[in-house]
Amino acid sequence: MDLTFSERETAFRDELRGWLAENQPGAKPAADAGDDAQFAYRRDWQRRLYDAGWAAPAWPTEYGGRGASQSESAIYFEELGRARVPFAANTLGLLLGGPTLMVWGTPEQKERHLPPILSAEEIWCQGFSEPDAGSDLAALKTRAVKDGDEWVVTGQKVWTSGAQYSKWCMLVARTDNEVAKHKGLTYFLMDMEQDAVQIRPLRQITGEAEFNELFIEEARIPDANIVGGVGNGWKVALTTLMNERAGLGFALQIRLRQLLDDIIAAAAEKGLLENPLYADAIAELHVRCESIRLLAWKGLTDAERYGQPGPEGSLVKWLWSDTNQRVTQLAVDVIGPEALITGTSWSYELLRARGNTIEGGTTEVLKNIVAERVLGLPRLKVAA
Amino acid sequence: MDFGLTDDQREIQRTARAMLAERAKPERVREHAEAHTTDKALWKELCELGWPGIAISEENGGQGLGTIELSILCEELGRVLAPVPFLPSAMAACVIEQAGSPEQRERWLGGLASGEAIGALAGAVDGTAELVVGGAEADVIVLVEDDGSGRLLTPEDAEVSRIAAIDPTRSAARVSADEGAGEALEDGCPGLGHALVAVSSELVGVCERSLEMTLAYVKERRQFGVPVGAYQAVSHRCAQMLLDTEKARSTTAFAAWSADADPDGLAEAAAMAKAAASDAGREVTASAIQAHGGIGFTWEADVHWLFKRAQIDAVLLGSAGRHRARLAAILARRAGAPVAG
Repeated sequence: MDLTFSERETAFRDELRGWLAENQPGAKPAADAGDDAQFAYRRDWQRRLYDAGWAAPAWPTEYGGRGASQSESAIYFEELGRARVPFAANTLGLLLGGPTLMVWGTPEQKERHLPPILSAEEIWCQGFSEPDAGSDLAALKTRAVKDGDEWVVTGQKVWTSGAQYSKWCMLVARTDNEVAKHKGLTYFLMDMEQDAVQIRPLRQITGEAEFNELFIEEARIPDANIVGGVGNGWKVALTTLMNERAGLGFALQIRLRQLLDDIIAAAAEKGLLENPLYADAIAELHVRCESIRLLAWKGLTDAERYGQPGPEGSLVKWLWSDTNQRVTQLAVDVIGPEALITGTSWSYELLRARGNTIEGGTTEVLKNIVAERVLGLPRLKVAA
Repeated sequence: MDFGLTDDQREIQRTARAMLAERAKPERVREHAEAHTTDKALWKELCELGWPGIAISEENGGQGLGTIELSILCEELGRVLAPVPFLPSAMAACVIEQAGSPEQRERWLGGLASGEAIGALAGAVDGTAELVVGGAEADVIVLVEDDGSGRLLTPEDAEVSRIAAIDPTRSAARVSADEGAGEALEDGCPGLGHALVAVSSELVGVCERSLEMTLAYVKERRQFGVPVGAYQAVSHRCAQMLLDTEKARSTTAFAAWSADADPDGLAEAAAMAKAAASDAGREVTASAIQAHGGIGFTWEADVHWLFKRAQIDAVLLGSAGRHRARLAAILARRAGAPVAG
């Protein structure tokens, strides 16, 4: 057991920290500046990262990355979180699309798509979930029908963030109704710039619209844009989903830590740490934050060193989302009523945190995963 | 960063588990629990293997291994609820080694390392500790007051009366000493952090075993035609047991590592570990009884022994709440604020 970072890792962290100290993204657009301004801000930031070779350090050097190890990649996200910089505009392309293509893409697809993902020239979005296929993703109904050397796609997608700025959509559609539900799926890259794809913003409980609904009416996708072969969509989608859980988690944990540190500072200033009720609640959240940090690093380094991830993956997401909700809720008591005034970061965090236990796998689904795959408990067969 | 054990540590864990699976079977533990006796044969074997001295320095007669190794043994002994005074003796040795004078170390550590002497350690209020684990058979008892002042007592220095605690797998006593009795230890009782790692590790072992027994039961037990473990009300409870156990395990491992590699961080790490492990111990063993249903409430089912051990350990050297209060004080100091009570 050695819970310190290696010299190489420390050098990596120092280099990035040094760069971030001299390269801040500049003032964030005002909360009411509009989505376009927010997006432009994140795109400009990605270009700065790109110019300095920091857009995707985990990518292999041949594709413009640094070939960073998993630990270095985690350090990268920790440092971005610590510096409180925005997420890159094309985060989904960098974290999900690119790595999926590296595993399943043809040489032509890699050559065509990887460079503009990295430079934020082309933005990517994810078309997986549907109104009737959330946790049960394989039940999705969007249909793709072969027509010459093209496919004609019709259906509806939901929770598509950044769709209005995207050139490409990672789309999973049903290409075969005759086989078992996991086997009839195919993974496409759909060009968003066609009239057959309509985007409607999905207003969420924070009042903003991070996500969209996609209405797809006979959109056309050439054969060349199939990733991983016809009928192999479930496996390709799993590659994407596995990447979803990995990197960002470390940035989110650091943000949770910062939020808790802000609350501790506010509680200290108000003398609330003298109140045993607050002291107990805050200390418990501190233990949880530390436990999240330890479990996340344990999961990552065990996988890196021994090739075997432990049960930590699902546990970390579960514990993080629950703790983030508790921290933002406690903030209301520590900060006071101003934390409930629209426009404050506290009220935003309180509302946004409710999504944490739903997005990227609901807590209920995570518990099922832990029960079935980690603990080996039987699965209840529900009558159809 | 590496959370893994070294090859040597793995070997200790492997041999300990294999040996205890053979020598501390549930039926044997139950026999001793019902008779309120220590398993003297097992204790003798452990002593011959040098276990009690694992973390005591070589110059003081021990094996000179680290806190991680001590933690491994506590966890394994906790898993099987071994009816031996290993934990109280090891905890006393941690404090005597770090807070004792050269004479005190000379007098006690050799015996504690070989197992010829038995130690006990407990928190006390004005010289009285209501429940001292291992206290009834201890040759040396360390009492630590809330203010961190510690005393070293022999049974002759204090009034020691055997009591029947709910966990009969280890002896317990009420210990009361007059002001000025015994010998003072260094202020603040360094070594307490190590002792907290030891008891937290035992709790991790108790949690682990509770989860294993529960999983085996809910996979087997059928109602309404299916194993009850297929119901999410049950399976999600099991998932929660794992989460609680992993919280305790990760913070305890961090504290064990800190004890030897980052002593300045130990006070905080040990408080986190004991807070997480105490809560996990209570929750996980209670869940084990619940998931066993009616059987879980019977004397025969054995899960109650885990619950009882967890109850004792959860309050040993301070409950979760006590340690969260300590953490809050550490956080407040760091933030430059006044502190509770």
